[in-house]
Amino acid sequence: MIQVNQLSKQYNGTTVLNISDLEIPKGQSFGLVGNNGAGKTTFFSLLLDLIQPSTGFIKNNDIQVNTNEKWKSFTGSFLDESFLIGYLTPEEYFYFIGDLHHQNKADIDALLVKYEEFFNGEILNNKKYLRDLSKGNQKKVGIIATLIGNPEVVILDEPFANLDPTTVSRLKKIIKELAENPNVTVLVSSHDLQHTVEVCDRIVALNKGEIVKDIQTSRETLQELELFFAV
Amino acid sequence: MIKKFIYLEWKAFTRSASFGKSVAMKVIIGFFMIYFSLLFIGGGVGVFYVLKKMNLEPFETVNKFLIYYFLFDLIIRLLLQAIPVLNIKPLLVLPFKKPTIVHFSLGKTALSFFNWIHALFFVPFSIVLVLEGYSISGVILWNLAIIALIYINNFLNIILSNIDKLFVVFLAVIAFLGGAQYYKWFDITTFTTPAFLGFYNIGWMFLVPVFLLAGLYAFTFKYFKNNLFLDAGLSKKEDIATTEDLSWLNQFGTLGTFLKNDIKLIKRNKRSKTTIVMSVLFLFYGLIFFGNSHQPEVMQIFAGIFVSGGFLFVFGQFVPSWDSSYYQLMMTQNIPYRGYITAKWWLIVIATFVSTILASFYLFYGWQTYLIIVVGAIYNIGVNSHMVLLGGAFTKTPIDLSNAGGAFGDKKAFNVNSMLLSLPKIFLPLLLYWLGLHFADKTTGLALVAGAGVLGFIFKDKVFSLIEKRYKIEKYSTISAYKQKN
Repeated sequence: MIQVNQLSKQYNGTTVLNISDLEIPKGQSFGLVGNNGAGKTTFFSLLLDLIQPSTGFIKNNDIQVNTNEKWKSFTGSFLDESFLIGYLTPEEYFYFIGDLHHQNKADIDALLVKYEEFFNGEILNNKKYLRDLSKGNQKKVGIIATLIGNPEVVILDEPFANLDPTTVSRLKKIIKELAENPNVTVLVSSHDLQHTVEVCDRIVALNKGEIVKDIQTSRETLQELELFFAV
Repeated sequence: MIKKFIYLEWKAFTRSASFGKSVAMKVIIGFFMIYFSLLFIGGGVGVFYVLKKMNLEPFETVNKFLIYYFLFDLIIRLLLQAIPVLNIKPLLVLPFKKPTIVHFSLGKTALSFFNWIHALFFVPFSIVLVLEGYSISGVILWNLAIIALIYINNFLNIILSNIDKLFVVFLAVIAFLGGAQYYKWFDITTFTTPAFLGFYNIGWMFLVPVFLLAGLYAFTFKYFKNNLFLDAGLSKKEDIATTEDLSWLNQFGTLGTFLKNDIKLIKRNKRSKTTIVMSVLFLFYGLIFFGNSHQPEVMQIFAGIFVSGGFLFVFGQFVPSWDSSYYQLMMTQNIPYRGYITAKWWLIVIATFVSTILASFYLFYGWQTYLIIVVGAIYNIGVNSHMVLLGGAFTKTPIDLSNAGGAFGDKKAFNVNSMLLSLPKIFLPLLLYWLGLHFADKTTGLALVAGAGVLGFIFKDKVFSLIEKRYKIEKYSTISAYKQKN
């Protein structure tokens, strides 16, 4: 589904990301782990054509992302709060994203009912604009919005950060469900090794922009990763 | 400690997104600054002799109208003067004394353009007064009083800026006083003129505004100091969300989706709401020019462009910065650039159209006057709408819609720079109209301007492709600039 070819990103001569070859097959749930500055967000930004690669390219479903915009119709993503429109209520935001994916109000309502538990009664019908929600609740909105329009690729940057423990476990359930769908490729980045190992089939560890580990998840994965990141 | 603040300010200034990137913009702004400065200086020197020629006692006449001068100043400040703030939150827990923080924030406002611009008028005027034989000590005391009054306005603006729509009240006060005076019903200046003259004549009188200023400063200081808590002056105001049914816009497809969003954008954010108020004010701009034989005829097209173009100039100018806080979302969603730009264009066109209808009260000046406004509107829709959108590709200053600062927040949508930047958009129609007027007649001039508008409209698709291309080229640098919060 996603092919990375000779991809690198440099800022003023410093290489922050360098991936010569990476292929993520369709239906895989892909976890990206690494310390701060490892290049996780840079990789996702490149994948979403928010920054320009210094060399190489990424193909999303055979579409090269920096030359063709067609990938936008089947890719859902949430990197940070700048993906939210502060002056809308959560419902209006969902409908707005829905409109862009040619989903009508009823489609969206049906989707929202499915995630009522995840919202924990703090999101819908609360007479609050998104800008006035707490960080955690904003994140809930952003995550669910990526699922609108039956995307084939879902990209979540640090989805577990800022969430309370109950919501984290509910989110893990949602991601696992997504991962079970053979048509959906999920990409998740995180600092949290345990959460990532739990929800992903495959884990790639980045360090200073380079891939240092690429493992299919097994019982020993967590230990292996913890050992790797321990000083 | 103050040295540390100045260091922070300097860094904030030199590292801001808009600094250094656009030299051309700085040059234009610099040009207009000089222009207005010369205007003020010229006014200061000239007003004395002009009034004398009109057989009026210059000094007394100036004092007579000072009350209006200060009221207008206050309105302009309420509308335009942004309150410069320090980024206070991170300082609270550091070893700075609270009074120092407040003193510095307030002191910073004293250096504002809105304060020293007055010196450009009053200093030359005072020099003329002295040269014409007025007593030096009196003029100096009078100036002290004026300076105090200017700073009283400065601090009034700070206190009052938290109250919405207050400038409307002051505008009403001026209209009432002016009207009452014109119809000789009640003349406020009979009370204020002696007071202003007193600053010159009576030695101790200047102390009154000086003490008032001191008191006001103390009050402002106390007010801000007491509000220096996260849950008081620094807190975020939360609005109760209201939803309106705009589903009738759905019939326009993607365009409707964007229009719905833009309407909400304008309605729910203070910064964008002000654009509507400004657009309405622009409607009355023509009153200065029409039916005024002192203005050259060519300036009428100037008014024609402005009357219907208020929204275009104050809102269109900042596309796509209005969407800056969620620009990354827009760039990853299933949105074609074309649709996005077209929606903004329609919004501008609709607003221009509505302004033109509202401006029909100019028919009182005759249909020829209204024709100028209609021609201006055609030009706005045909040419200027494209120009602002194209200019938008280079607008890289993020707009912070959510005025998170509370009492300390910078919530003014307009600064002088942005207003000045819109002026070039009227030079071309001015030139066209002048050419027509000079070599033929008024009708030819109007036809030239309208023709340019129609031509622009015909080539809309071509121009849009150009704009779209430009937006795509600028995409990455725009994203990275918008990431920088001011």
